[in-house]
Amino acid sequence: MTEPLLDVSNVSLGFRGENGFAHILDGVSLTVKSGEIMGLVGESGCGKTTLARSVLGVLPRNSLEVMGGAVRFQNTDMLDPAYADLQQRIRGSRITFVPQDPFTSFNPVFTIGEQIDDLMKWKSPRRDWNAVSSTPTLLQRYPRSRRAIDREAVIAMLNSVQLPQPERLLQKYPHEVSGGQRQRLMIAMALLPEPELIIADEPTTALDVTIQAQILGLLRRLANERGVAVLLATHDLGAAYEICDRITVMYAGQDVETAPVASFFNVPAHPYTNKLLASVPGLKGEMSGIPGDLPNFYSPPPGCRFAPRCERAQLACEVRPAQTETAADHMVCCFHPVVDHAAAGLVPSGKGQTS
Amino acid sequence: MSAFKVLFGDRAAAIGAFLIISLVLVAIFAPALATHPADVAEFHLDKRLQAPSMEHWFGTDRMGSDIFSRILFGARITITIAVIAVGASVVIGVPIGLVAGYYGKWIGGAMMRTSDVFLAVPQIVLAIAIAQTLGPSVENVILALSVTYWPFWARLVYAETRALKPQIFIEAALALGASDLRVMVMHILPNIASAIIVRTSIGMGVTILTAAALGFLGLGAPAPTPEWGRMISEAREFLPAAWWYAAAPGLAIFVVVMGFNLLGDGLRDILDPKIRRGSK
Amino acid sequence: MTGPILSVRDLTCRFPIRGAFGREIGQIRALDGVSFDLAQGEILGLVGESGCGKSTLGKAIIGIQKPNEGQVVFEGRDIAGKSPREAKEQRSRLQYAYQDPGASLDPRWRIARSLEEPLIIHASLSARERSRKVADILDAVGLPASHLQLYPHELSGGQQRRVGLARILMLKPKVVILDEPTAGLDVSVQATVLTLFRDLQKKFHLTYTFISHDLSVVRAMCNRVAVMYLGRIVEIGVTEDIFAAPQHPYTQSLLAAIPQINGPRVTENFWLKGEPPDASNLPKGCRFQGRCPHVAEICRAQDPVLAVHGEAIASHESACHFAGTVTPPVPK
Repeated sequence: MTEPLLDVSNVSLGFRGENGFAHILDGVSLTVKSGEIMGLVGESGCGKTTLARSVLGVLPRNSLEVMGGAVRFQNTDMLDPAYADLQQRIRGSRITFVPQDPFTSFNPVFTIGEQIDDLMKWKSPRRDWNAVSSTPTLLQRYPRSRRAIDREAVIAMLNSVQLPQPERLLQKYPHEVSGGQRQRLMIAMALLPEPELIIADEPTTALDVTIQAQILGLLRRLANERGVAVLLATHDLGAAYEICDRITVMYAGQDVETAPVASFFNVPAHPYTNKLLASVPGLKGEMSGIPGDLPNFYSPPPGCRFAPRCERAQLACEVRPAQTETAADHMVCCFHPVVDHAAAGLVPSGKGQTS
Repeated sequence: MSAFKVLFGDRAAAIGAFLIISLVLVAIFAPALATHPADVAEFHLDKRLQAPSMEHWFGTDRMGSDIFSRILFGARITITIAVIAVGASVVIGVPIGLVAGYYGKWIGGAMMRTSDVFLAVPQIVLAIAIAQTLGPSVENVILALSVTYWPFWARLVYAETRALKPQIFIEAALALGASDLRVMVMHILPNIASAIIVRTSIGMGVTILTAAALGFLGLGAPAPTPEWGRMISEAREFLPAAWWYAAAPGLAIFVVVMGFNLLGDGLRDILDPKIRRGSK
Repeated sequence: MTGPILSVRDLTCRFPIRGAFGREIGQIRALDGVSFDLAQGEILGLVGESGCGKSTLGKAIIGIQKPNEGQVVFEGRDIAGKSPREAKEQRSRLQYAYQDPGASLDPRWRIARSLEEPLIIHASLSARERSRKVADILDAVGLPASHLQLYPHELSGGQQRRVGLARILMLKPKVVILDEPTAGLDVSVQATVLTLFRDLQKKFHLTYTFISHDLSVVRAMCNRVAVMYLGRIVEIGVTEDIFAAPQHPYTQSLLAAIPQINGPRVTENFWLKGEPPDASNLPKGCRFQGRCPHVAEICRAQDPVLAVHGEAIASHESACHFAGTVTPPVPK
């Protein structure tokens, strides 16, 4: 079995502020294999954005306290401050990022071309990382030898993301292009450094539904064509269903279920996952919420953090359950997973279908 | 009461508040606190220009009056000028800024151009002109200051109102059927009150300085009124020998203005982050 | 009462685009001749993507946005163009629920005061009567009385939403316009919110206009749906009809874009390309011509009218020359 590209193992961390210590991630483990699209699904407050940022290594150092675990990207721990230089090299070239809000992701006073040039100057795959330079970073120039090839690569990429008239687009300012076009640009800029992993944080939440369908299809196609792995953080179950190969669900800083996408939606095992799927509006308008609220991160419950809201919770749930396998490659962290869906009255299929 | 607790939590604001409260108390209780209360009007030429001593803590002036006592009584004038001039400016400037910022377009433009005109008038020159026409007095100083100072509040309120007007809760209030007046007074004004308060506190300090300058030029109340600026002006011919004559009123002005500035800065820190800290 | 409770006719809102020196160099027709009826007790969904005009429509109905043309007939009287203050008495029965409920509350007012405000504006009641009404409504939306003394920022998002709704309900409205009530909500919270809306509708006999871009929510909640594109209603009908047999190509594309959990993946061959055209520079003819897979000469010449086509039932109208005969392209 080959090594996974990204190995998050038992990460526990939090942030210390004036109100105390907020324990944001508690023993989270997941892996991303090379070339696969992994969905990180959860509602607000589940910690998926924090986890995504930890993979990039951009968590705020002042307040961050790591209690344990490692985020290993090909042997580099992105969480360990001792590897800051290596992380700096990896970030933006081997792990890239597609942010949520395309409207504020660009610098409004520079043209798109100038911003992409800046990206290629520092993160082009043709950059000679080993050329040691005594010139300070601010004064380093963009080597002429690379420019022409880089520019060709940029135009080719803009065509791949189906942006019309790339040369003209490069001369425009960010406010002159639409949200959908900006997000295509973000994807292009994430792919130009030829990374091995793209972190996409809710990339289509701010977009219209038809544009969202276009962008998701594009992302999946390009990632598969180039063998790039994607970690897609989203709260939209539909989007996760559309493009992910595997899905990990998080609740309140814990990972609760990981499974291949078909198995995930067909036989969801964790009670939270079942409740989540039940709250997606069904064909006849049936849907149900989840009573209760998120736990207080300053004094979280011991063990499984969903227990206070779970109908199946018992005393044993005060200890964090280990991963158990309920089906092929289908892991769940629960002492009382749902195995017989019909008997439990939960019918997970048929959500969102038109006749 | 909790407002006071918050106030004294911030060091700058606490010091400022302490100084201002002292000023007010001094002004009120001047007759009791002064060592020679009668010296406000009386003079004793045999005791002219005496250096500070146990009997006269700040020495005596050219008429032999106790400087310390005159300064305490001068606090009354200072406060009167500051409060009335700034008060008038606020009362004129805030409604103008509010209406201009709320309605915008023609009304807003016209009001702001008017305030620009008044801003362009030099305070000192206007004060001199008024003093020439109507004679020098404290009332004329207040008039000159009010007429030239209200635009600062108008502009501040105009900018804040314009920023606040498109907010959703204003629109929601209008959607409920609230009248424009109700929205302006009950929704916008409370939300910009902190900016106005901060500006007012600092404005008091600036006004006192300007009033002192006008008094220095002889445009304020005539002798023997113990106005601080005029006391410094009187001291000019006796410097540097009778240093206490100018130092005492100068120190008083400095302390009071400092107090208002500190209070204003402290209030700015208290009033705004409290809203921000409390909100999600 | 017989007849629709709210009737909108040819509503038009044009926003000028100003160039140098404030000259008008163009226009955006945010609403371009919108007409529909709202029957008492129903939930009508207004669906569309950004720029379709659904928010402008909501604001024009309640009078925050003055329309250039058209009528808004509520309870038999035309209130188009009148600000909420002008038609105060009538408008108390026509209310608007904001997308961001926390932002719709004055941050410096305690909840109690915000809730009493509609009563102060519209009715003259004693303080005690007001407190009693406030207590009743709080009960109905499921908020504890202790929240009355809090400020908005001290409440959670869900509680702010309930306060916003309570404030609207103080005046016992007949029609409530819900503007994107579930945008940005987690799916489990969304289910709770929608259940609350259903309960309130039953309890207070409300009629809703449900503005949303989320088709699955609209299908779950609404009796009828109107699909909007660039300022026009392009299709309107009973929810089941629209979802089962959409007639307009744009509606078909919207439905094709909804992910189907445990069904085939929709994004693999999503057929709608491009983006809506520049709203200030609409082409002659049908406004969907640039993206429509079935575009023909007539589409570039004539702007289709919203009408019943073919054998569709009387309540199902669409604005397409080929309505009822075109189907979504089959993936290769």
